[in-house]
Amino acid sequence: MMRARVAFDGAIHDAVPHGPAQDTPAGSVPEIELADGRVLHEDQVVWLPPFEVGTVIALGLNYADHAKELAFGSLEEPLVFLKGPGTLLGHRGTTVRPSGVKFMHYECELAVVIGQPAKAVSRAGAMRHVAGYCIANDYAVRDYLENWYRPNARAKNRDRATVLGPWLVDAAGVEPANLDLRTFVNGRQTQSGNTRDLIFDVPYLIEYLSAFMTLSTGDVILTGTPQGVENVMPGDDIVCHIDGLGWLKNTIVAERPRGSAQ
Amino acid sequence: MALLHTACVARIPCEVPPYALSGTLYGTLLNHRSALDAVAAEAARPPYNALPRAPVLYLKPRNTLAADGAPVELPQGVTELEAAACLGIVVGRSARRLTEAAALDCVAGFLIVNDVSVPHSSYFRPAVRHQARDGFCPLGPRVTPRASVSNPDALVLRTYVDGVLAQSASMADLVRPLARLLADVTEFMTLAPGDVLAAGAAAPAPRVRAGQRVRIEAQELGVLANSFVENGA
Repeated sequence: MMRARVAFDGAIHDAVPHGPAQDTPAGSVPEIELADGRVLHEDQVVWLPPFEVGTVIALGLNYADHAKELAFGSLEEPLVFLKGPGTLLGHRGTTVRPSGVKFMHYECELAVVIGQPAKAVSRAGAMRHVAGYCIANDYAVRDYLENWYRPNARAKNRDRATVLGPWLVDAAGVEPANLDLRTFVNGRQTQSGNTRDLIFDVPYLIEYLSAFMTLSTGDVILTGTPQGVENVMPGDDIVCHIDGLGWLKNTIVAERPRGSAQ
Repeated sequence: MALLHTACVARIPCEVPPYALSGTLYGTLLNHRSALDAVAAEAARPPYNALPRAPVLYLKPRNTLAADGAPVELPQGVTELEAAACLGIVVGRSARRLTEAAALDCVAGFLIVNDVSVPHSSYFRPAVRHQARDGFCPLGPRVTPRASVSNPDALVLRTYVDGVLAQSASMADLVRPLARLLADVTEFMTLAPGDVLAAGAAAPAPRVRAGQRVRIEAQELGVLANSFVENGA
């Protein structure tokens, strides 16, 4: 089951794919169907994050190849940071590249959405607390990185820089330990990985996190990104793909002065 | 354990817009002169290599938020917690790219935040395991409207542990005063109605053991009192 939340015609709706999904970036799901039966093309609606998002928990350096890419050694415990709600953005939205920066990059990640609240659960029981999965594209502006609570908020907690969607895909039928992740910039593949290479896998992360914080319905864990991050510029279309979860599109735009027409 | 999740946060009395807290609270690291001074010597060395430039923020998520009077549980194997008194700025309207001159216009009011953490000496990586534990952010006792606070930049937070004064922190000693902090934070992110921005704790934070009671007082803001208890108590 794949579900989206979209704004259309003055209201927010749940939506599902209409017709068979084609597994290509150009026409992944050309049409969607609202709960009341209206069928729409995907560009007729405004896509929102596909569920009511609670606490956003993100992992850094959770793929060995990406950690090496950034010249970091392996970690003794997960590198966890939290993100605020202002970072969230839906499918087909735009993300600002700040003026004057040299290196801003996408990060395609498997997002794990919590269903049943989890407190002090073991690895063995962890997956019962997963409602489903979606794709996350969690941007970073490396120019702003500082070594205090790194990755610090100015680099990693920017407005509209965490894209979630397009669909919340029910956990049944998804094998989170073996999913290919790929990112395309203007149609050219730049990033590829597989969740089997996660240093800390999904059940471990739920065990680790729930040992000190209760995970509630709608909390989401962004599990980290593999190697292949590249600089992106205004006008670039970024498409992230994960097996079975769809294609998550996003466009980079330039920063504009306050008060300028868009 | 009395936990306040998003829906329950609304119970903290708030008589001014936005009338309810959002459940998102950002803390600010090293924004009190005493806290910055405490790391000045090591800041020049790895892994830091420099003093921070932008505000260093951390998030206290919804599972941490707790009411006046809620017990704070010490994790198993931890004998002391830090209880860091902070001034909480309650945001009244969406705030982005604020100028310093206009920054306080977005403020609905103020409250007291007891920013609890497991003591940790490194600030290189986010300290989520130390800071984001259930119930580790009592706040209250109410939102005092901005108009009722004569000079928020001169407020003094006094922390008592079992009735003994353990810390006195003046907001006059903030590295970034409130308006400057709001301007610099909203340079890169939006603060939403009901969000709380904690302006930064003094160092060293009082250490608290199980069985002790922490009371934080500030003129015009009231008293926030919470007991610290053994795990599973």
